Amino acid sequence: MAETRAPAERPLSPHLQIYRPMLTMMMSIVHRITGFGNYFGILLLAWWLNAAASPGAYARFQWFAGSLIGRLILFGYTWSVIHHMLGGVRHLIWDTGRGMGPQEREWLVAANLIGSIAITLILWIIGLLFMGGPQ
Amino acid sequence: MSEPKHMRTALARVRGAGSARSGTKHFWYQRLTAVANIPLTIAVIVIMITLLGRNQAAVAQILGSPAVAIIMLLFIGSTVFHMKIGMQVIIEDYLHDESARLTLLMANTFFAVAAGLASVYGLMKLSFGL
Repeated sequence: MAETRAPAERPLSPHLQIYRPMLTMMMSIVHRITGFGNYFGILLLAWWLNAAASPGAYARFQWFAGSLIGRLILFGYTWSVIHHMLGGVRHLIWDTGRGMGPQEREWLVAANLIGSIAITLILWIIGLLFMGGPQ
Repeated sequence: MSEPKHMRTALARVRGAGSARSGTKHFWYQRLTAVANIPLTIAVIVIMITLLGRNQAAVAQILGSPAVAIIMLLFIGSTVFHMKIGMQVIIEDYLHDESARLTLLMANTFFAVAAGLASVYGLMKLSFGL
């Protein structure tokens, strides 16, 4: 007679809550979150490209882009894209087997974070001061 | 002495990994599109900054010009592929309920194709003035 046995109670491998939070670990999570955000950011791109065909539609897009909430979203989107791109470069370096040492990996994640914030600020300074937009 | 179960090398088995025979395909395309996305994203950011503060007619003309439109199309193609695979990994990692997972995997493909084609349509309109 066949008996179905309950699965044995096996210990689970330690997960996130076991470990002390580390910068590399947090940045791994941030990479995934920024990718998740960028996914929906394509809706803004689709809107912008379709709005560009008519003055009325473009005026509505520009009104959104120039509003406080619009600027906040676009600022966050800018940082998210830049951060994900630099994080991607970091992962491509790691894919080659380089930069895995204790100091190197800490240096890489720090450069990722500082770089993404700096580049985002520089892009917005260029955009707002020199190019006159978003209006 | 135990008989070998098959004559295939370890490398041959890895290359055809899994029941779908495509074990490393997504890994490879994730990297391929990631590398493509680096110059394309930089180019798109440069295009966007130069378009800031211009009126609709100028924006439509520049976006519809061949070089800019082709860069935008390459960016859309590579990005949509990349984000579709990425979201699929997120869904497969966190959703363990079979029906919810299948539903979201479908929705993911629908969203990626729809958003990508909508963006391409917008560009086509500017390029060809349809």
